[in-house]
Amino acid sequence: MSQTAALPATFADETSPAERVRGYWGTVGYRLRHDPVTLFFGAIVLLIVLMAIFAPLLAPFDPYKESVVLRLKPWGYRGHTLGTDELGRDLLSRLIYGARSSLLMGLVPVAIATFLGGTLGVIGGYAGRRVNAVIMRTMDVFYAFPSVLLAVAISGAMGGGMVNGMTALALVFIPAMCRVAETATAQVRSLDFIEAARATGAGTLTIVRYHVLGNVLGPVFIYASSLVSVSILLASGLSFLGLGVKPPTPDWGLMLSTLRQSIYVVPLSCALPGAAIFVTSICFNLVSDGIRSAMDVRL
Amino acid sequence: MSATADQRDIGGPAQPLLIARNLAKHFAARGASKSARVRAVDDVSFTLFKGETLGIVGESGCGKSTLARLLLHLIQRDSGELIFDGEPVGAPRGITVAALRRNVQMVFQDSYSSLNPRMPVQDSVAFGPFVHGRRKSEARRAARDMLVKVGLNPDLFGPRYPHELSGGQKQRVNIARALAIEPRMVILDEAVSALDKSVEAQVLNLLRALKQQFNLTYLFISHDLNVVRYISDRVLVMYLGRVVELGPSEAIFIQPLHPYTRALLGSQPSMDPAHRIEQPPVTGDPPSPIDPPSGCRFHPRCPFAEPVCAQRSPELGAWRERDSHVAACHMLDPASGHSKAMQ
Amino acid sequence: MLAYIMRRMLLAIPIAFGVSVVCFSLVYLAPGDPLSVILPADATQEMVAQIRHAYGFDRPLPVQYLFWLGHVLTGDFGMSIATRRPVILEVTGALSNTFMLTSFAVPLAFGLGYAMGALAGCFPGRAVDRLVTGAAVVGVSLPNYWLGIVLVIIFAVEFMALPATGMGPKGSAQFSLLRWSDAQYMILPVVTLALIPVGIIARTTRAAVAEVLNLDFVTTLRAKGLSEIAVIRHVLKNSAPQVLAVMGLQFGYLMGGSILIETVFTWPGSGFMLSKAIINRDIPVLQGTILFLSMIFVATNLVVDLLQSMIDPRIRRS
Repeated sequence: MSQTAALPATFADETSPAERVRGYWGTVGYRLRHDPVTLFFGAIVLLIVLMAIFAPLLAPFDPYKESVVLRLKPWGYRGHTLGTDELGRDLLSRLIYGARSSLLMGLVPVAIATFLGGTLGVIGGYAGRRVNAVIMRTMDVFYAFPSVLLAVAISGAMGGGMVNGMTALALVFIPAMCRVAETATAQVRSLDFIEAARATGAGTLTIVRYHVLGNVLGPVFIYASSLVSVSILLASGLSFLGLGVKPPTPDWGLMLSTLRQSIYVVPLSCALPGAAIFVTSICFNLVSDGIRSAMDVRL
Repeated sequence: MSATADQRDIGGPAQPLLIARNLAKHFAARGASKSARVRAVDDVSFTLFKGETLGIVGESGCGKSTLARLLLHLIQRDSGELIFDGEPVGAPRGITVAALRRNVQMVFQDSYSSLNPRMPVQDSVAFGPFVHGRRKSEARRAARDMLVKVGLNPDLFGPRYPHELSGGQKQRVNIARALAIEPRMVILDEAVSALDKSVEAQVLNLLRALKQQFNLTYLFISHDLNVVRYISDRVLVMYLGRVVELGPSEAIFIQPLHPYTRALLGSQPSMDPAHRIEQPPVTGDPPSPIDPPSGCRFHPRCPFAEPVCAQRSPELGAWRERDSHVAACHMLDPASGHSKAMQ
Repeated sequence: MLAYIMRRMLLAIPIAFGVSVVCFSLVYLAPGDPLSVILPADATQEMVAQIRHAYGFDRPLPVQYLFWLGHVLTGDFGMSIATRRPVILEVTGALSNTFMLTSFAVPLAFGLGYAMGALAGCFPGRAVDRLVTGAAVVGVSLPNYWLGIVLVIIFAVEFMALPATGMGPKGSAQFSLLRWSDAQYMILPVVTLALIPVGIIARTTRAAVAEVLNLDFVTTLRAKGLSEIAVIRHVLKNSAPQVLAVMGLQFGYLMGGSILIETVFTWPGSGFMLSKAIINRDIPVLQGTILFLSMIFVATNLVVDLLQSMIDPRIRRS
């Protein structure tokens, strides 16, 4: 082999394989498109979201309209497909409208926690040492509460209402989110390409923005997607306890709590709001599982 | 382009590019008692001349990689001095760390972590120029030019992600990334160690060609003696954080002075059955760098060890000029009291 | 080993401290003056002055915390606004009822979850596995209080086989597990409570068993000619520590989850009391119950960690 070789052209053994260059997100998207289970449940989630958005168009009756004569009527009574509740309001309309608060309370706390907890976690994971210890030990304290208990404690002290409920749920999720982001960041931080980026003279913020975030967002997003279903369950639980959404707003958890009083009169109607919560939560769960396995790309 | 034409050359070709004086880095040993320190790099001095390739060899764990990171200020040194082209690094009247990093770059061992898995490789290469103030489009263009120079078609390989490249291709990208901000010196830390032999030879030739083209100075770290011999002008041998021998490449490989270097060379399997060695050249495990042996650190494994070796630490001999060949061994010092010392 | 136990217990102290701070601050989260939050609306002037002095409400926050901690450590959790009884009496009474539920629900849940998980793990990819995995997803997506309502609809409303709510005609004080007329009130709440963590336990056990089955030593055991049952015994033993960790966590979730279940069944435990306290805005009871429950959770985690380290010596070293 000549030692004073001119710059070599691409070598024979390094010719490109025929495959298309797809990239990480391309691969994830490709996998998701070819996963019928996730697609199916994703479609249901989409339907629920559409139902929440277009509730006024879909609902056959005004969900707030009470009627003394129509109280607790059975299924199919005078056009009320699913009957009426204890105040004579149309149950189907209330179920359709109920998707709004459930989705809101499922998504907003997770979004807040992802942003705040994720930021704290990246700071802790990248800064290391003392900053990390302060952040993570604080999080450990909140971790020491069972999540239901913490949510009930915070919103119980602050009082009911949707905003307080969402605040409480966000506070419950922040520590877990922070841990996920911290672990991912600490892992990335120890890799050679971060050191290489430091060697080029880049500042901390630049490195975090261009090299850390891209690698941390994946695990954070996977975790956040799994939290949505937890958040929906917890939120409906709070409403069931009289925290969270306040009457007369239609909300599945709240409906479950009031219809329960009439369990001997309309047992089937009484189970409906819970079924709605269950379907929504399991769909989000399965979609999250699908996203998780689609994003589990070995690099 | 020649050495004298380089605008950035301050002291002229005769002035060493980098001088390391008594560099030391000790880590707190994890899990052990509080006082235990890992002496990863201990009192290391050497001089790197412009345009040369200095090879650094030693067993794994001898402090080679720590030394590389010290030179780039990726970790803080505990003591010692770094002088880059006549200017002390990090000193009030010297060169800043940022300026040092504009001049010195590093190529890491090809591993799954040497490139950002979520970034197209052309963006990884463009990151350096971008950090140094080039606009994104400009940086991208520079990166693509650099990919050409390392033998990769930028249209084909630029938009790819690291996991879509072979080991050799990834290492070419790593080299392109290091060269993208036009450094004067490149530290190659086990840069070809993970590659197949055939690919390794290609990358080594590429490195040689690039060195000429860009007028570079190399610090080449490896545990593979053949590779170091092939590429280096001079060689520095490390053992447990210390320099044990330093000299021109051929001199070290033909006539090693230190027993450790001899053992290291002897541990290479010979292709000639007539030259098969009878005894294993180095016996025992390398001692832990936590609380290293007293005196000469090699004495517990050295066949010529005498009481003096455990008592006093040998000096690295008088290093005078570029081609001096020195070793830290009592047998080379007539005044040491070692029975085999040359009179 | 002793050193590890000591270290682990020392680590629990700052956590317990943090938990107490969070509970302390609950009073300040509530809108309005903290004094008005912990006193009944019709409190006399003297009472206000007395409490203000006793809890140091005119002092800086850290001092207030110390005052509060002093009271708590001597068993004084304040007075319930609703019942005017000391919180400590209310809480301990309710806790014993909750404990009665969990002491049946926990073994049931773990037995069921472990059996399902082990079965699925031993036959990965088979129909049993898919069935258990599916059941686990359903389990984690179920609103557990709804499950309670559904069970009530089926067994109490439709079949009228079991009582729907409460603790029986004689109430909490004379409740006896030995009398069927009392004990039948426990069945639905215990089953509902037990079903909460079954999904997660089954999932974890399945993963742990499947992982251990792939290890080399299992091949060795089989190569030695051990019977399949003996191999499974080894595998289950080796997967136990991981499962135990999840079980410990789940026990805490059961304590928390009992809030909703007890509300559904109006079972007079700590959870039902919490939900009553929320409706009455009885902050002292809320605070006291939360403090008790979370401290029990912290203690459970500690015990689980120690148990785990006894089974698995690798944990002690890290």
